Amino acid sequence: MSLMGQVNRKALGLGVPLSVHLDVTYRCNERCEHCYLEHDGKDELTTEEIRSFLRQFAEAGTFFLTISGGEPLLRRDCFEIIENARELEFNVKLKTNAVLVREKDARRLREAGVEQIQVSVYSHKAEIHDRITKLPGSFSRTLKGIRLMRAAGLKVTLANVLMRSNAGDYAGVQELATETGAQYTLDPTITPMLNGDSSILGMRLPSEELRTVSRDERLVGNVGEFCAPPAADDDDIREGIPCSAGHTSCYVSPLGEVYPCVQFPLACGNLRRQSFAEIWAESEQLREVRGIRAKHLATCSSCAHLGTCTRCPGLAFMEGNIRGPSSADCEKSFVRTGVVTAGMMAGDGLSVRDAERMELVQIRA
Amino acid sequence: MKECYVARSRSVAARQLGEEMVIMSAADSTLFNLNPVATLIWKAADGQTPLTRIVEEQICPEFEVEEGEALRDAEQFVRELAAHGILLLAEFPIAETNAESDRKL
Repeated sequence: MSLMGQVNRKALGLGVPLSVHLDVTYRCNERCEHCYLEHDGKDELTTEEIRSFLRQFAEAGTFFLTISGGEPLLRRDCFEIIENARELEFNVKLKTNAVLVREKDARRLREAGVEQIQVSVYSHKAEIHDRITKLPGSFSRTLKGIRLMRAAGLKVTLANVLMRSNAGDYAGVQELATETGAQYTLDPTITPMLNGDSSILGMRLPSEELRTVSRDERLVGNVGEFCAPPAADDDDIREGIPCSAGHTSCYVSPLGEVYPCVQFPLACGNLRRQSFAEIWAESEQLREVRGIRAKHLATCSSCAHLGTCTRCPGLAFMEGNIRGPSSADCEKSFVRTGVVTAGMMAGDGLSVRDAERMELVQIRA
Repeated sequence: MKECYVARSRSVAARQLGEEMVIMSAADSTLFNLNPVATLIWKAADGQTPLTRIVEEQICPEFEVEEGEALRDAEQFVRELAAHGILLLAEFPIAETNAESDRKL
């Protein structure tokens, strides 16, 4: 087991929230077409509240801190927050669109000791990127910000959300990452809005294109290995936890609400009313999440993909059943391997008929 | 070895997990997991206390080891971490601007 794996296992055993994702604002200077947030800055946490919460996270044992938004750099105190986080010895990752990053900002982030910067880039073509962000000129400003941060010696990752409107551009973004000396990560997950509106799910990449992506060796490495049929599960898998959300990680909103994950809108408490330690230890919602083992999952426990599926409990929760399948992950498992999932057979998400249409399975009458 | 002062680098991320310290180097993102003895040295590395005194006053009473052996192990440990930029070493006390003496967590 890797050292990171050992640290995670130890944190799980000790009940330590090793990772916290903190959104410091929902305000944003972009209006990305697939975004799950409403960009309201009302009643945002103050600087002093955030400083107090950071100290509480550190005392609880949190090591990895992701600072995100909205666009976090819209907060005038964002650098103060980042520097305070570093004084508390967090490993800090910043998620930004880099539109506002100037040379002195890049230097300041480097001097603060930010571990990694993740920047959303949707396309290597300015017109497509700008159409998605709905901010004219955003591509050139983002690219400039990336170059400034790289020049300052920061580690930058280009995060490429893939959907219908930019489906053909991932290779170009990957090349852009190589050219700028950045890392590249691709994510085909579009989540419903936090207010429950699921209309944006129509932007998800069609299954046929997801299948093509999952067979691109530039993205997945060894295609044969990545797309191999799932191995049989065993007791370790059945007794395992489906995801780190609520076990060793959690999400804190700009209003101080604590959730198991940014994609898991199950409110567990508010830091304005309770301490972080109290919420982490005593929240009934977190206890429920922690009580769920793979063997308890309504449909997935009988699925061939149980041991390898990336099932997101938050997406399952948003689909109506915290113990149910996440249809987006059913689809990913299916298009990757060609093996029909239990969720599909139960009628959730991609249907077996869809699979037949894609000539991935043969259904005989 | 002459008197040795050790201080924690400003550029790392660090947190105690149980009795062990988890540290990540900002330079190369290498992850370190210090055992309880190394964790004690890390926490005592304030740039002002010589390594001999850390070993004598903290390591030996806590872990019941012979002082000479403990000092040799401690010297090897601090050199290894210094090579990764995790610790700073000096023959004189290290100024607070370079050290981490104000960090208590």
